[in-house]
Amino acid sequence: MKNRILPMLIMGMGTLYFLVPIWWLVVAASKSRTQFSGTAPLWFADFSLGDNLSELFAYRDGVFLRWMLNSLVYTGGAALLGTLLAAMCGYALAKYRFPGREAIFNIVLSGVLVPATALALPLFLIFSQFEATNTFWSVFLPSVVNPFGVYLARIYATASVPDELLEAARLDGSGEVRTFFQVSSKLMFPALVTIFLFHFVAVWNNFLLPLIMLGEERLFPVTLGLYSWNTQVNQLPELRMLVLTGALVSIVPLVVAFLLLQRFWRNGLGSGAIK
Amino acid sequence: MKADKKALLFFVAPFGLLFAAFYMAPIGYAIKQSLYKVERQGTFGKAQEVFGGLAQYERVFSDGPFWESIGRVLLFGVVQVPVMLGLALILALLLDSGLVKGRRFFRLAFFVPYAIPGVVAAIMWGFLYSPNLSPFTAVTSAVDLLDADLVLWSMANVVTWVYVGYNMLIIYSSLLAIPQEVYEAAKIDGAGAIRTAWSIKIPLVMPAIVLTTVFSIIGTLQLLAEPQVFRTFSSAVSSTYTPNLTVYSTSSIPNFNLAAAFSVVLALATCALSFAFLRLTQRRGGDQ
Repeated sequence: MKNRILPMLIMGMGTLYFLVPIWWLVVAASKSRTQFSGTAPLWFADFSLGDNLSELFAYRDGVFLRWMLNSLVYTGGAALLGTLLAAMCGYALAKYRFPGREAIFNIVLSGVLVPATALALPLFLIFSQFEATNTFWSVFLPSVVNPFGVYLARIYATASVPDELLEAARLDGSGEVRTFFQVSSKLMFPALVTIFLFHFVAVWNNFLLPLIMLGEERLFPVTLGLYSWNTQVNQLPELRMLVLTGALVSIVPLVVAFLLLQRFWRNGLGSGAIK
Repeated sequence: MKADKKALLFFVAPFGLLFAAFYMAPIGYAIKQSLYKVERQGTFGKAQEVFGGLAQYERVFSDGPFWESIGRVLLFGVVQVPVMLGLALILALLLDSGLVKGRRFFRLAFFVPYAIPGVVAAIMWGFLYSPNLSPFTAVTSAVDLLDADLVLWSMANVVTWVYVGYNMLIIYSSLLAIPQEVYEAAKIDGAGAIRTAWSIKIPLVMPAIVLTTVFSIIGTLQLLAEPQVFRTFSSAVSSTYTPNLTVYSTSSIPNFNLAAAFSVVLALATCALSFAFLRLTQRRGGDQ
C-alpha cells in the first residue's frame, strides 16, 4: 500500500498541471468584464457565460461563428478526404507488388520529415501565380495531403487485411476497387479513425498556412481569427473577454471528438510506432 | 499480390497527384526561387527577377539574427524535448505499473491539452503569465515570466503542456503491446517495479521514444504559433525570434527569394537533424 502513495501523488500533480489552465479558462469565460480582474480567478463569480457567448456570436455580424464553421469545413473536409486518399495509397503499397512501389513509399516517407511550415511560403508563391491565394482552396487543398497517414495505412493494411481474403474475393469475381471498399476498408476501419483523428488535429492546429494565404477575414479558420483579435487587445480592451470566450468555444469540438472517439485513440494510437 | 494497372492507378494516383502538387512542387519551386534575385534599374526602376546563383544563400549564411534564432530553437530543443519526453515516459510507466488507480481518467486528463491548438494554448498561457491578468499573481508579480531571460522557457512550458499527453500515449500504447510473458522471468528473479521498468520496459519501448523524439525535433525547429502569439504579450519576442518567424517576416517585407532560401535551409536542417538522430539510435541499437 505504501508504495502507491508516491505514484498517485505524481499523477495528482500531473492532473493539476494539465487541467488547471483549462479550468481557469472555463471560469474566466463565465465572468463579466469587471469581475474578470476583480474576483478570485479560479472560482466562479456571477455566471455570465451566456452574456459573453451572445456578445461573442453577435460581434461584427457573427464573424466568430463563421470562423468556427470555416474551421469545421477546412478540417473535417480535409481530414475525411485525406484519410480516404491515404488509406487507398497505403493499402495499395501494402497489398500489391508493382514496380516503383518502394520508391513511392520512400518518397512519401521522406515527406513526413519535411516540415509543413517549410512548404507554406512556396505554396503561397505557387498559388499567387494562379491568383488563387486568399481563397478557400488555397488552404483546403494543401491540407488534404497526409504522408504520415499513408505510412500508417500501409502498416495497418499489412497487419489487418490477409492476402487469402483478397484472393478469395478475386475468385468470387469482385474487382480490386470493390474489394477495397466492401471488405478491406472495413477491416482497416479502426485504424482509419485513428488516422482521421490525427489528421483532423493537425489541420485544426495549422496556423502558418492560413496566416500566409488568407487576407480576408471571412475565410479565416478560428485559430487565425482568435489570433487576429488577440493582436488587437491592446488597442481594443473589450476584445479580451471575446478572446477568452472564443478560446473556450474553439476547443469544444475537439474535446468532444476526443471524448466520443476514446476507444479509437486510447489503445490504437501509436501502433505504428511499434513496428 | 499483383494488381491490374487500372486499379493501381485508382488507388495511388489521387494521393500521388496531390502529393506531387502540394509537397514536391513547392519544394522544387522554393529551390528555384531561392536562386533568383530582384534587380532594379536605378532607385525607382522596374523590379526584375534575374538569376542570382547562390547570392541568397550567401545572405542566409551571413544573416546574424537567423543563426541566432537557430541557436535559440536548438537550445530550446535540447532542454524542452528531454524534459517533455521524460515526463511522458514517467507518466506512461506509472500508468502501466499497476500502482495507479483511475487509469482511464488520468489518460484522458493528460491528453486533453493536445486537443487545444497551439495558438489557443499560447493565448491562454499568455494570460496566465501576464503580471496583471494571471490567477497566479503571487508568482507573476515576483518573476516576470515574459522578460527576455525567461520568455523562451515560458514558451517551452506551453509546448510541454500541450504535447506531454500525446507523447505519453504513444509510449503507453507500445508498453501495452509488450506480452505479459516477458515480465514473468523478471518476477521470478524478484525484480521490483523500478528495476522492471528500467531494464525491460524502457528498452522495449525505445522505438516509440525514438519516433516521438524525431517528431519533437521537427516540431521544435518549426516553432511559430507560440512565439507569434507571445509577441502580443512580450516585447522580448522579436520578429526573428525563431527561424520560421524569420521566414514569415522576410516574406512579408516582401523578399520572397530570400525567404525561400531561408525555407530551404530550414527544411534541410530539419531533415538532417532527424536523419542524424535516427542513424545514431539505430547504430546504438545494432551494437547491443
